[in-house]
Amino acid sequence: MKKIEAIVKPFKLDDVKKALDRIGVKGMTVSEVRGFGRQAGHKEIYRGAEYQVDFVPKVKIEIVLNTEQLDEALEAIQDAARTGKIGDGKIFVYPLEEVIRIRTGETGREAI
Amino acid sequence: MNAADTAFVLVSAALVLMMTPALALFYAGMVRSKNALATIMQSLAIILVITVEWMVIGYSLSFGPDHWGLIGGLDWVGLRGVGLEPHAVYATTIPHQAFMVYQCMFAVITPALITGAFAERMRFGAFLLFSLFWAVFVYSPLCHWIWGNGGWLAGLGALDFAGGVAVHVSSGAAALVAAVMLGRRRGYGTQELRPHNLPMTLLGAGLLWFGWFGFNAGSALSAGSLAVSTFVATHMAACTGGLAWMFMEYKATGKATTLGAASGVIAGLATVTPAAGFVGPFCAAMIGLLAGVGCYYGIMAKNRFGYDDSLDVVGIHGVGGCIGLLSAGLFASRAINPAGADGLFFGHASQLGIQAIAVAATIAYTLPVTWIILKVVDKLVGLRVDETGELAGLDLSLHEETAYTD
Repeated sequence: MKKIEAIVKPFKLDDVKKALDRIGVKGMTVSEVRGFGRQAGHKEIYRGAEYQVDFVPKVKIEIVLNTEQLDEALEAIQDAARTGKIGDGKIFVYPLEEVIRIRTGETGREAI
Repeated sequence: MNAADTAFVLVSAALVLMMTPALALFYAGMVRSKNALATIMQSLAIILVITVEWMVIGYSLSFGPDHWGLIGGLDWVGLRGVGLEPHAVYATTIPHQAFMVYQCMFAVITPALITGAFAERMRFGAFLLFSLFWAVFVYSPLCHWIWGNGGWLAGLGALDFAGGVAVHVSSGAAALVAAVMLGRRRGYGTQELRPHNLPMTLLGAGLLWFGWFGFNAGSALSAGSLAVSTFVATHMAACTGGLAWMFMEYKATGKATTLGAASGVIAGLATVTPAAGFVGPFCAAMIGLLAGVGCYYGIMAKNRFGYDDSLDVVGIHGVGGCIGLLSAGLFASRAINPAGADGLFFGHASQLGIQAIAVAATIAYTLPVTWIILKVVDKLVGLRVDETGELAGLDLSLHEETAYTD
């Protein structure tokens, strides 16, 4: 089992969700986050005073899935979230030790 | 007595009243979200305090029977003798109380303008005392000098149609003193002190613009042709002010901003105010352009000198008021308003000198008296909120409420 954390542009969230739906990913957790990478923020100007805004708004999507689904999911997220411009985001993949469905107590693949 | 004039002045008074809540929105959008309510509260409280002050003593000091050209007497304290018959000098076609309540709204908004200079860091009690003392010891004398019957600036022939001396130059000069004496906000230069809600600021700017027609055109005190030419000049200057500011920003950074465009409009309005009733539309357009360029450089000055005039009262009202009073000395024409005078461009060069005296006298009086008032208030109650309160935000630390929930 794997856990994917994808940081994407906020307006790409719907596209990513639809792409993951299409390949049968059954759930996800989404949060609004702020951060920077190579895009390194942007500049805003108010009455002549410049402000460096370091943390750019992004959306973090967390999903868990079976290892055999991984490549397909990574493909789907990349295709859906890519604009080709700097700031498209990153995907992190982690090995996942255990999943438990709280209501039934099911564990592992059954619980995903 | 004239019913149309009375109706016009009452409606204008209501328009000018609205400018203070409008200013509250204009300012509140520019502060951080944790200080939004405290910023609005300052304007709101000023309406309450200064209205009472005005009717008790302020109106008498400003417009009451003259003493030495400097101050009105105490004859009209508590509006004694200020009735429903017209006054023989101030406004001959409307009840005296209509003139009094119209002027009340000017007295209200002027200290409210200053609040932008000490936004996000002044204690509420100190602010109330300061505003009250300032209205009595700065606004009323200046108002008497320029508009009071027998005031020395009026006697000199200084032109100020709707508030260059008493409103804009005075608030701008006071703002400079306040910004320097209170010191910078914590985090100035190291943290982001960005506006938290520019749409709110732009809404405030729109309402200020709307109310300004009452401020300027209403100062004709009569629903006639002078009110019309003033209305037109006011609107023209607002627009060329906004255009000039957009151009300056475009030249500097390649982009025009909404805050910049709105600031240019306010600069144009503030600047045309002293001249609005003496100039035609073309001259008003010139004044607006001067305002946009001059006030743009005016706000840049604070970055160079390092004082934290947080919401640019000095740059817009101070600089704009000075340019406006001097502009009246350049562009005024008796063809527009026979009760006025001709400016330099209409063959009367010495008018510019008289206007310069008005500017210099206003600044020379306002700076030290404002400084003394702030010193006294500081000794009495302390001017600034403590560090914890400032970091938590004034909404919470001064008023125990917050503007926004999660």
